[in-house]
Amino acid sequence: MALARPIGILLAKELRTEFRTRELLVSTLVFVLIVLVLFSFTFDPTTTEARRFGPGLLWLALLFAGSLMLHPSFTREQSNDTLVALRLAPIEPVSILAAKILANFCFLLVAELVLLPVFAALYNLRILPVLGRLVAVLVLGTLALSIVGTVFAAISSQARMRELLLPLLLLPLLTPALVASAEATAGLFEDPPALAPVWVGVLAAFDTIFLTVTWLFGEYLLEE
Amino acid sequence: MQADSSTPTPATSARVRDPGSVGHARGGLGVQFIEFAKRYGARFALRGVSLAIAPGECVALVGPNGSGKTTLLKAAALLIRPSAGRVQFSPASANGSGRDSYEDSAAVKRYLGFVSHSTLLYDDLTAEENLVLFARLYGLDAPEERARAALDPAGLAARGQDLVRNFSRGMRQRLAIARALLAGPKLLLLDEPSTGLDRAGQQWLGAALAHLAAAGCTVLMSTHGAGEAGACVTRAIRLLGGSIAEDSAISGDPRAMLAAALAAHQEA
Repeated sequence: MALARPIGILLAKELRTEFRTRELLVSTLVFVLIVLVLFSFTFDPTTTEARRFGPGLLWLALLFAGSLMLHPSFTREQSNDTLVALRLAPIEPVSILAAKILANFCFLLVAELVLLPVFAALYNLRILPVLGRLVAVLVLGTLALSIVGTVFAAISSQARMRELLLPLLLLPLLTPALVASAEATAGLFEDPPALAPVWVGVLAAFDTIFLTVTWLFGEYLLEE
Repeated sequence: MQADSSTPTPATSARVRDPGSVGHARGGLGVQFIEFAKRYGARFALRGVSLAIAPGECVALVGPNGSGKTTLLKAAALLIRPSAGRVQFSPASANGSGRDSYEDSAAVKRYLGFVSHSTLLYDDLTAEENLVLFARLYGLDAPEERARAALDPAGLAARGQDLVRNFSRGMRQRLAIARALLAGPKLLLLDEPSTGLDRAGQQWLGAALAHLAAAGCTVLMSTHGAGEAGACVTRAIRLLGGSIAEDSAISGDPRAMLAAALAAHQEA
């Protein structure tokens, strides 16, 4: 409960700021849309090909978009040293990270839910029969992207070449989550659709491990 | 709980209130640096500084750029880990335990106010939203009312609903000071607080500091020696190369040190 309150306050601040400026959401939406459209031109989107390549391309687009979106989440705290103000407050430092993770998770999920119908139309996939399971995979995969991405955004924000550093750190580390998300999503578009428990398990384990590590060491990430 | 004063104020505000008396017990928090050293790479920002500041003291830190003033203030604000030594809050830490500060940082931070070189404010939030955010994070009662009450003496009551990005440098600085005073600090840390303030703003700051000092709040500020903020100073410390070069508690008059610092600054 001691953590829930500051997390709620900071999450509300993140959402208020984003919905006022719409910087992250709009740029992410536009970016993923462009990538998905460009990918759709590279092959004939018949059902068979789309089933094979679509889920992987979707997650790759989300990963690229995530690395774009996550970067400003900490760098915009630097313009007036507002991160210092948050660190001065009598709250657990990990609550600052947790609020950022939750905010990034919300922004990415909103972007995904808006883009899902576009993805289905471009790649000739029927998402309605598997919508519930697809959302579950999106939630687990997006959580992985948000946790690792936010942590590395915090690390890279204090480094030189930070724009380059975040994708360099993020992409290799997210590979297991990317593979699991793409495989789990691909299973949903097979005939008959199936959600492989092993990939869901990998995603859940990935999320749990990185959430625990963040919980334990998050405080140190925010220091100068 | 609010004390009125006829002290000049910036902009349209007619009253200066005692920010330190709002909602918290009066009194100061002493701070002691014990062989405190901070190193960034190979460069020492502070070299084994030992310094005790008693509750209620108003201390000015003077010295040239890079002498360690800001680092010392950050150390007192628990924003940096020492490379050696420690910081201790006295006579007892905020919860009365007297423990080392870093392990007890949340309890101590409740009583710290910090004005930095940067404003520590969100440009995309309004002035009132900024103060409400920090009032909530500090667990203050009635955060909206506290925020509005803090805007008034800073002369920003009429601009409470404006985004901070539309504020002038001086208005931002006044809001930054109001943010630092919001929770009624017992130890106020100010890094060149007069920066960007016009004459009226400096008078307001001087009056606010005088009120806090009268309430027993400990004040530690870096300054180049100029401005109204220096009026309440009871002790001056000159830093040089990360070490204490002179302390008026030992060598005498703080005014002479402030005047010398101002002269050195103007010469530079």
